[in-house]
Amino acid sequence: MTQPGHRGPMLDGNSMAGDLREIFAVDVTAARYMCAGCTHTDAVATLMVWHQSPGLVARCPNCDDVVIRVVRAPDRVYLDLRGSVRLEVPLEGS
Amino acid sequence: MGIISRGFGGRRRESVPGLPPGQYLTHDFPVLSAGPTPRVPLDRWRFTVTTETGDRTSWNWTEFQALPAEDVTVDIHCVTKWSKLGSTWRGVSLDTLLAGVESAADYTMVHSFGGYTTNVPMEDLLDGKAWVAYKFDGEDLEPEHGGPARLLIPHLYFWKSAKWVNGIQLMPEDEPGFWEAAGYHMYGDPWREQRYQGD
Repeated sequence: MTQPGHRGPMLDGNSMAGDLREIFAVDVTAARYMCAGCTHTDAVATLMVWHQSPGLVARCPNCDDVVIRVVRAPDRVYLDLRGSVRLEVPLEGS
Repeated sequence: MGIISRGFGGRRRESVPGLPPGQYLTHDFPVLSAGPTPRVPLDRWRFTVTTETGDRTSWNWTEFQALPAEDVTVDIHCVTKWSKLGSTWRGVSLDTLLAGVESAADYTMVHSFGGYTTNVPMEDLLDGKAWVAYKFDGEDLEPEHGGPARLLIPHLYFWKSAKWVNGIQLMPEDEPGFWEAAGYHMYGDPWREQRYQGD
């Protein structure tokens, strides 16, 4: 229905490192996601992140679907992972 | 890295009397976006109201432009804490768009080109409280601000005023949209500071 859109202000998945570090004990930007929309898999750091919005919106570079949403309230962080089939987290020392 | 800088929420500024709690005044018009900006050709634009029984009423751009329009001047309040006073819009009232629609639904889901959604109770769309706006400040609404047309529902936080709107689904039960499912408030009244779930 639409023509290809303009990307606008955007960062890569490394920009989520600080917020995700507060939730997880591991560096999630190094984990691999599998997109629920197209099953594309790659490092979280390769996601396209729209940050000038009410939260962080990380989209799959292959299909544009939303993979991760991070919403930050003053006293809590909401992490919405419904767009990710799984996260594959490398373990240190293995 | 923390580039989100406390989600705009930490931008403590002096509150202005007459603004909802926690808001600060801005004179520009910040662009917030959760994804690529859709470019919608007017010959492919369509706005569709779908009832809870599946009945559809829709308008193409030409038909939509032929509907009676209203000029409104309203204050808008973004959940990221900026407020803009006296913004001027032209659009079609939801009272007009829903006038011929038979429905007993109490809730709606607003849909946009690009996949964005937001939930709004039916009563918040009626009685002169909401418009599908296609002009801002006398000019055609720019794509960055939701053009060709966006919802305008100024009494709720501005994430409810969906950009690039293309339809409304009428629903018997309330369901969360894009931001509501990710932690934002189901209703979003700025005067009660309903920013996040539980507020």
